[in-house]
Order: sequence, then C-alpha cells, then structure tokens
Amino acid sequence: MSILVDEKTRVVVQGITGNEGMFHARQMVKYGTKVVAGVTPGKGGQDIDEVPVFNSVTEAVTNTGANASAIFVPPAFAADAILEAADSGISLIVCLTEGIPTLEMVIVRAYLKEKGINLIGPNTPGIISPGKCKIGVMAGYIHQPGTIGIISRSGTLTYEVVDQLTKRGLGQSTAVGIGGDQIIGLNFVDLLALFEKDAGTEAVIMIGEIGGTAEEEAARFIEEHVHKPVLAFIAGLTAPPGRRMGHAGAIISGGKGTAKEKMEALEKASVKVVRNPALVGEEMEGILKSRSAHRA
Amino acid sequence: MKIHEYQAKEILKSYGVPVPRGRVAETPEEAGRIAKEMGTETIVVKAQIHAGGRGKGGGVQVVHSAHQAQNAAKKILGTTLVTHQTGPAGRIVRKALIEEGVEIEEELYLGMVVDRSEACPVIMASREGGVEIEKVAAESPEKIIKEWISPVTGLRPFHPNKIGFGLGLDLGQVGKMRGILSGLYRAFIGKDCLLAEINPLVLTKGGDLIALDAKMNFDDNGLFRHKEIAALRDLNEEDPLEIEASKYNLNYIKLNGNVGCMVNGAGLAMATMDIIKVAGADPANFLDVGGGATAEMVKNGFEILMTDKDVKVVLINIFGGILRCDTLAEGVTEAVSEVKVKVPVVVRLEGTNVEEGRRILNESGLNFIVAQGMKEAAEKVVEALKRQ
Repeated sequence: MSILVDEKTRVVVQGITGNEGMFHARQMVKYGTKVVAGVTPGKGGQDIDEVPVFNSVTEAVTNTGANASAIFVPPAFAADAILEAADSGISLIVCLTEGIPTLEMVIVRAYLKEKGINLIGPNTPGIISPGKCKIGVMAGYIHQPGTIGIISRSGTLTYEVVDQLTKRGLGQSTAVGIGGDQIIGLNFVDLLALFEKDAGTEAVIMIGEIGGTAEEEAARFIEEHVHKPVLAFIAGLTAPPGRRMGHAGAIISGGKGTAKEKMEALEKASVKVVRNPALVGEEMEGILKSRSAHRA
Repeated sequence: MKIHEYQAKEILKSYGVPVPRGRVAETPEEAGRIAKEMGTETIVVKAQIHAGGRGKGGGVQVVHSAHQAQNAAKKILGTTLVTHQTGPAGRIVRKALIEEGVEIEEELYLGMVVDRSEACPVIMASREGGVEIEKVAAESPEKIIKEWISPVTGLRPFHPNKIGFGLGLDLGQVGKMRGILSGLYRAFIGKDCLLAEINPLVLTKGGDLIALDAKMNFDDNGLFRHKEIAALRDLNEEDPLEIEASKYNLNYIKLNGNVGCMVNGAGLAMATMDIIKVAGADPANFLDVGGGATAEMVKNGFEILMTDKDVKVVLINIFGGILRCDTLAEGVTEAVSEVKVKVPVVVRLEGTNVEEGRRILNESGLNFIVAQGMKEAAEKVVEALKRQ
C-alpha cells in the first residue's frame, strides 16, 4: 500500500515542452508512471514521445482522465499553473518549481483550501510510491517498495536517507518531499495522518530542518494521533540565526525555528530523534527489530 | 533582501504613512547642510546599517543645531558600529539619516509578517513599542494584538478598528491608525515583503502618529517583479565572498570553522555541516551548489572555498541520484587541478556509475580522500585535520 499516488494515478505534466519538463516526463514514464498528458499553452496538438500535449489542463483532463499534475513551470507562472490545475478538477498537484513569490502562495493556499485539493510543494523533489508511481525529479532506482513512509522538507537529504534504508533492505511505502518554501501545501501533520491510516506503512521518518514551526505542530499531532513509530532528523543544528540556508523556508528568525527546539518538541512526543544524519537507516532498522521482537 | 531605514521610510511615505522629515547624508558637510535646511530645533542623526540596536551602539545622536549635526555625523560616518545584531566584527557606517526630532508621548509597535502556519500575513500591534517585539512576545504575549489578514478579504476597515481600539487609542487616533495600517498593508503586498515593521510608531505630544523607525525585508522570490526594490540592494552590507558566490548562483554562507563544505541541495548541506560537528570539527561554510550539481558549479564552488583562508580541509558531499558520478568526478578532478586546491579534499559521491566515479578520483593523482557514506566522510575530514 501507499499514500496519495499509486498504479491508478494518471499524470498530466504542466510545462512538458520545456527542458526540465520534458526530461523528467521521460524519466517518469521510464519509471512506470502513467504520464497521460502534457500541457503547454499554444503547443496543443503536438506529441512528446507518445504523450499528447494540450493547451489547457481542462482539455487534458477531459481527454485523458488525468487526476494528478506535475508542474515544471518557471517561477513567474507557476502559481497560475497550480490555480489552473485546481480549477480543472485535478485532485493532487505536485509543484516542483523553486522561487514562487510567497504572497502568491498565500493566494494559492486559500484557493486550494476552498476547493479541497491536495498540493505537494512547491520547491519539492516530488512524491514516489516505489514500484508504482513517481511524480518528481528523484532518482527512482535508489528506492525499493516496502513499509517505511518518509516525509521531508529536503531533496538530496531525502535521497541520502532513502539510500540508507534501501541498502539495509528497508523499502518505502511512499516518500514525500513537502518542499523547502515558507508556504507549502501538505505538511507533516497532513501526511502523518495519511501514513497512520495506511495499512502498508509500518513506521514513518520525518526529515525536518530549521525555520517555521511545522515540526513542533507535528510533535503535538503525533502525541495525540499517531501510534506508529516515528523517527526524525532535523537539519541545521549548526546553522547560524537570521540566515536563509538555501531553502526559502530554512531560517531561524527572532530566535524561533531552531533545530534544538524542534528536536526537544519531537522527543517530548516520544519521537526517536537521530542527531547523526548517517545513522537514520541504522536507527530505523533497530526500531523495526525491537517491534517485531516485541510481537513475537 | 534587507534595505536601510531611510529607504524603508521613503517607501512607506509613498504609501501615505507619516514619517519625520529627513534626508540621507554621506558626508558630515552634507549632514550639516540638510540640518540647516530643515531648520528644526531638534535634529536626530541616525547611522544607516542593516542591523538593529543602533541606538545602544552609539549610532543615534540627538542634537540641537546644524553645526552639532555635522559633528555628530563626523563621529558616526566611517566608524564601525557594533550592535547585538552585527556580530563582533560590526559594520562600517557609510550613510546617516538626518531627521527632524519628534516630541514623543508614547512609543507603540506595529509590524506585519507572513505567518507560515496560517499561510497568510499577520499584523501585530502593541503599546510596548521601542523594544524588540520578540522580547514582548516572550515576556508578556497578552500585550500583543494579532490580526490575520485573509487574502480573500484583504485589509478591511474593521481590522484597524479592532487593532486601534484594542490598543486603547481614542477615536481620533484610531482614524490615524487606519491610514497608517492601510499604507503598511499596501506597501507589504505591493512590494512582496516578508516583514515590515514600524518600531516605534510614535504618539507625539501633539497627538499625531508617526513612524520613527522602519524596517522592511523583501521576499527574494518576488524581486523579479520589483526591479526598483532589487536596485536598493546594498553590497556594502554583505560578505564579499557571499556576493561573489551569488554571482555564480551559489548559495554560500560563511561560518567560523575550518572545514570547507561543498554539497548539492540545501538540506543535505545543512546535514553535512551537522555531521562535521558531530565528528568533532567545525564547518567553515554552508555551500549548496544546487540539487543538480554540474561540473561548472563544482568548479565555481572551489573558486569560492579557496578564497577563504580559514579552510584547512574540503569536504565534497554529492548525492547525484540521476546525475552520473563519472561525469561529476571528472568535473571535480578538473576543478581541483584548475583552481590549484592545496588542501586535502575528502570526496563522497553517490549516484549512477558511482564505482567508475571513485576510480576516476583515485587514479587522478590528486590529493583526494575518497569516502563511502557520510559517516566515513566526516571521520576522514577529522583525520585529515589532525594530520596538519
């Protein structure tokens, strides 16, 4: 089992005729994702390999039954692309674009809430249910189907953790990059709720970082609603305050949003917090072993 | 992006927020002339740097003649001002704001930021102005009024009413507050701000409300649609290495340690800094060459790292994924020989064709220490440091 995306997911790629869009659309098809359509206004009627291109998302949905969207559109137009997808009846939007103005996302979030539509990102590597569906830019081959759910604010750090898991024979149910921006769609809490309900997920890994209070909110949620084991790594223990560490959302401001505060909040909620990023796979294996020993 | 107080005041003024009369000066003579032209009894000379706490650091002086203003500017301009926000190195003052003095009855606080959890802007107001709002929030949070502004409604007249009466202002003052909040809100939305702060907002003895200080931070992601704001960037306020890095589109932040780091992706870059610390050393910098890390970016990264004299060892940690490690290894080898890297370089590569990549590094004849995995990489960094 998995969350949000699986064999039934039918993907439309917005911005499919651009360099990034085309490259990653092909990578997704190669992985086995059902990429059923592409959209670039003005380029409707063309084909990219076997994938038909439409002028609007509505046309793509009507003609192909697409139910998820992957957005590879430059920052100045990406908020519009998200709104268009939401307006066209797409139920899951994955926005890979980095650099969307924060106040644009304020409007986007309000609209998505009204429509009840799920957004992953922006500024995310995407989402993958190994062996079933990949919507994003991550390398498919490092993943392996299994029972660990992953929620992360980072890209390459997620690959690092996935790699550690796979090398130990621990597969993943679904790995979700929630994005590095200040305002994002689905957050730790939303995804923890989905993983808690998913019969195919045995344990969850959270990869957080400095900035904001999403990890603290997750800690409160875990305390009350999550029974599966959760392990966390928080990046940025050595990050200086007041500086934006690459991601738009990774900043300690007014003394708030430090890695230490987040770790303490999570530990209080009985989350296993790993301080050495190289040991995430090993610690997860330990948790699963002690659980199965407990059951036997 | 940050700007100076005088620039923030000019922006707010253009949106109808009352600010004291004043102009910026770069020389003491200019300061004297401005003060003379203003002709007011009290003149304030304020150092312009991108950091708070200027008053306590001696960067704000109240004087009573044009001559005194010129002398005050002479003292302030060119000095290095150290405040709790500048760090011990301080900042050189290159400009001073010469302003008319205001008779202060009371200092209020007014600010606006983007609330990440609520995903909308929030206005904060307090009668406890003149001090840092974080301090008020920590000690007496009940003294701060917060109003979240939905993008559906925008700012409506009821918001300033709630805030003004909530602060205990009288009807006339609430009317003035309405104009100030409207200006603050329109400036915030219109210029893609992440923070706009008027602290203090002063209630004068004459009963007026006026912005005595102002601070605005802008969303870097929004700058492409505000060329006039991007033009306000003051390179004097930034680290020269960081400016150099930004020319190459690299995310670089100088830190205090001696292990130069080059990593692809911001999260992995932070985690790499953290693991260096866990292993017992200190990172010299944060450097994210981008998730897609090309050979070109790696070369540029080396150019930056080698300019930092504190760097004793370099750690390259690249999780390529889709990227081919052999291509990347060739890039790293080329960069190290071109940039003439003289310190040991620990390399950890992961991705497609990783074996081939490691072979290229090992056989390059250069000073590479090839590591498998982050843990080993951090340990080898510490070993290399110890050997020096």
